[in-house]
Amino acid sequence: MVTLIVNKQELQVDEGKTLLQVCLDNGIYIPNLCHIHGTDNPSASCRLCFVEIEGEDKPIPSCTVKVKDGIIAKTDTPSVRRLQRTAFKLLMSVHRVDCGHCPANKKCELQRIAKFLKVGLKPKYLELRLKETEVDESHPFLDYYPNRCVLCGKCIAVCKDKHGRAFLTFAKRGLDTVVSSYGETDANLPCSKCFACIRICPVGAITSKDSPRQT
Amino acid sequence: MSPLNNETVQKAFGVIRDEAKRRRDAFREEPVPKIQIGMATCGIASGALETKNAFEEVLAERKIKAHIRTVGCIGHCYAEPVVIMDHPESGFPPIFYHNVTPGKAKMLAKSFLEDGDPLFEHVLGAMEENDLVPQVLDFPRFNQEKRVVLEKCGCVDPEDIYEYIADGGYETLAKTLQLAPNEIIEEVQESGLRGRGGAGFPTGRKWDLARNADGQHKTVICNADEGDPGAYMDRTLLESNPHQVLEGMAICAYAVGAQKAIVYVRAEYPLAVKIVTKAIGQARELGLLGEGVLGSSFDLEIDVFQGSGAFVCGEETALIQSIEGNRGMPRHRPPYPVQQGLGGQPTVINNVKTLASIPPIIEHGATWFRAIGTEESPGTAIFSVVGNVVHAGLVEIPMGVTLRTLIFDICGGVPNKKKFKAVQIGGPSGGCLPEEFLDTPIDFDSLIQAGAMMGSGGMVVMDEDTCMVDVSRYFLDFTQKESCGKCTFCRIGTHHLLNTLERITKGEGRDGDLDQLETLSEDIKNGSLCGLGKTAPNPVLTSLRYFRDEYEAHVKERRCPARMCRTLTAFYIDLDKCARGCDACVGSCPVEAIFTTKNRKKGVDQSLCVKCGECMVACPAEYDAVMKVSPPDLAPVVD
Repeated sequence: MVTLIVNKQELQVDEGKTLLQVCLDNGIYIPNLCHIHGTDNPSASCRLCFVEIEGEDKPIPSCTVKVKDGIIAKTDTPSVRRLQRTAFKLLMSVHRVDCGHCPANKKCELQRIAKFLKVGLKPKYLELRLKETEVDESHPFLDYYPNRCVLCGKCIAVCKDKHGRAFLTFAKRGLDTVVSSYGETDANLPCSKCFACIRICPVGAITSKDSPRQT
Repeated sequence: MSPLNNETVQKAFGVIRDEAKRRRDAFREEPVPKIQIGMATCGIASGALETKNAFEEVLAERKIKAHIRTVGCIGHCYAEPVVIMDHPESGFPPIFYHNVTPGKAKMLAKSFLEDGDPLFEHVLGAMEENDLVPQVLDFPRFNQEKRVVLEKCGCVDPEDIYEYIADGGYETLAKTLQLAPNEIIEEVQESGLRGRGGAGFPTGRKWDLARNADGQHKTVICNADEGDPGAYMDRTLLESNPHQVLEGMAICAYAVGAQKAIVYVRAEYPLAVKIVTKAIGQARELGLLGEGVLGSSFDLEIDVFQGSGAFVCGEETALIQSIEGNRGMPRHRPPYPVQQGLGGQPTVINNVKTLASIPPIIEHGATWFRAIGTEESPGTAIFSVVGNVVHAGLVEIPMGVTLRTLIFDICGGVPNKKKFKAVQIGGPSGGCLPEEFLDTPIDFDSLIQAGAMMGSGGMVVMDEDTCMVDVSRYFLDFTQKESCGKCTFCRIGTHHLLNTLERITKGEGRDGDLDQLETLSEDIKNGSLCGLGKTAPNPVLTSLRYFRDEYEAHVKERRCPARMCRTLTAFYIDLDKCARGCDACVGSCPVEAIFTTKNRKKGVDQSLCVKCGECMVACPAEYDAVMKVSPPDLAPVVD
């Protein structure tokens, strides 16, 4: 057991967990998108779960910090909020805000974070930049919406976890990065029964071909 | 790996060294002239192959006996193709010729080798002291350098291991094998050597961490994924003297306890790949690599891995991913590669220049190394000085030399009587420093304090005709394209920075753009996952800090002070200067935008003009009638 202080609240927790996990377990919400419960290898790619830790000069992502005795962390300082808001606005500047037609509506992590950070879904000052492809229908069982996707990579991780190898991958790079299924058309893929990627997606970017299309 | 096999090592190396010296002496004593041509990529790009062919032709044609020897790059890019001709019979010392075209080559062969006339008008200088020809060492471009890492570059044939050995090479490896690994690490720590890849982490400490890390299969990686625009020191080093790098890797591997090493080099460097691969083969043949190096109990295999050209793979965690066959994306550090790197095992990743600094350090000792450079940054720095500078090329100087000395004294300053404006140091991760910073000493800490960074050593000198907004746009365009796409700030943030800069250079800047640039840059710097994103906004931040007025002119007045941003400039013809009946500009215009006025002078149709500037070049100097202005509405309307 280790003891640490988060937002002046003392927590006694098991060793080996990440600070983000511990906070979430103890009802202290820190915005996050790419965090997977219980993983040892944080992707640290969404850049939302920043906290300030005493002794560090800059906010750091709490998913990369293993808890240890004596950590004093704050989750709601101005510099933390500033980074979180910027990251969120950046994500929204490449996001198709069309909640009414999105299966994730009302359970979407982006809506939750927007409310939590008190930021609108449509960022001012940043020009909207969407990808040309609205839906990638190449997969035999899944549809992928690049303009909803936040590229957290959880679908790829969960797929690899379930099947030993990932049937999904990141493709292209920079702003053009998408999740792709290698152009796979094999009807024998385990995907027809699995759908773990759909369940784990925080924003409804992957849908099943069988489910009624919401357009 | 006990140091007990001293005698075996010494004996084994002695045989190799004697053979190398025998070969060198035989070559030297042969009474024929020797022609030495620099044939690294830079030389070849400037036409060294054609020069070499010309020499071969003329030698065969006129039955002149001479040796043609190919060497690497000596670093004097402005002078390429470089040829050194040694013709002892003529009574002249070895002579350095610059810009040797095939025609010049034939002429030199005829007059120098046949008639003994060295053609003084083409001589740059002599390679040694003499009474006939001024020495190259009298020129600042030569004598202010301090060559530690580049010492043998351009002197030895990179494809012949014996030349390196005859020049003292691998001697240090033999010495190393007779010492205990921790003695080597202590020496490197003592030397104060800092990583030459950019961040400046103490090399000795890295090695120490790796040595003490748990793991049976440690690896040493030489990072030659050089990707900064304008930087090519690593390429030159690998092409000109690969064995010094391999020797450094072997010493490192011995010190940290690794049996495997990898040279990670970009596939875009085909010559470097070829030469390093060949060098590894030669070293292995002589028993300097492989099982039982020089008869000791130390094994080392070195492989070459070709990177596929992603800039981000120069970041060490992405580099490891790439070697493992994955998509080149960085991961969060810690754990650092020295704890968990390739295959989860401790891995030392050092830059080419860092590793090449090792043999001289072990050879001459830490005290010698510390005497060069500054207290906090000992040793030398290698820069590829390019851009608007007279003597462009690779320069190795002691740390602590000022930017002014480097740019003006050593490299000859800005050409064409233009004014110096800024120097960009550290590539896309670095910053632009204005004239006020010319007296900044070049070392890791001073440069960071000034807002730039050492980076891998790219240095672009810019004259008054450079638009700083456009320079930032250029670098952001680069980093934005090279972002791997993993983390939010770098993937999307750099896109917005670039987008804003593009708008500004097109004259579509808005109020608040500059503040937005500044805050977004700071957030990207603080929020990004890896070094690429963390440093990507540096060109924007430094140019905003030092050249804010230029940004403001673009946004508020739609004016580009350097008159470089196309949409913000216009060309017109000054009717007072234009000569009647001269048609020079008309012929040069690719879009027929130039018309003849009533009094047979010329005017530019602004609606057709694409602002290529050809008319300005074409207009005879005695008229000099074509004018370039910004903002474009300054151009008078001509009927």
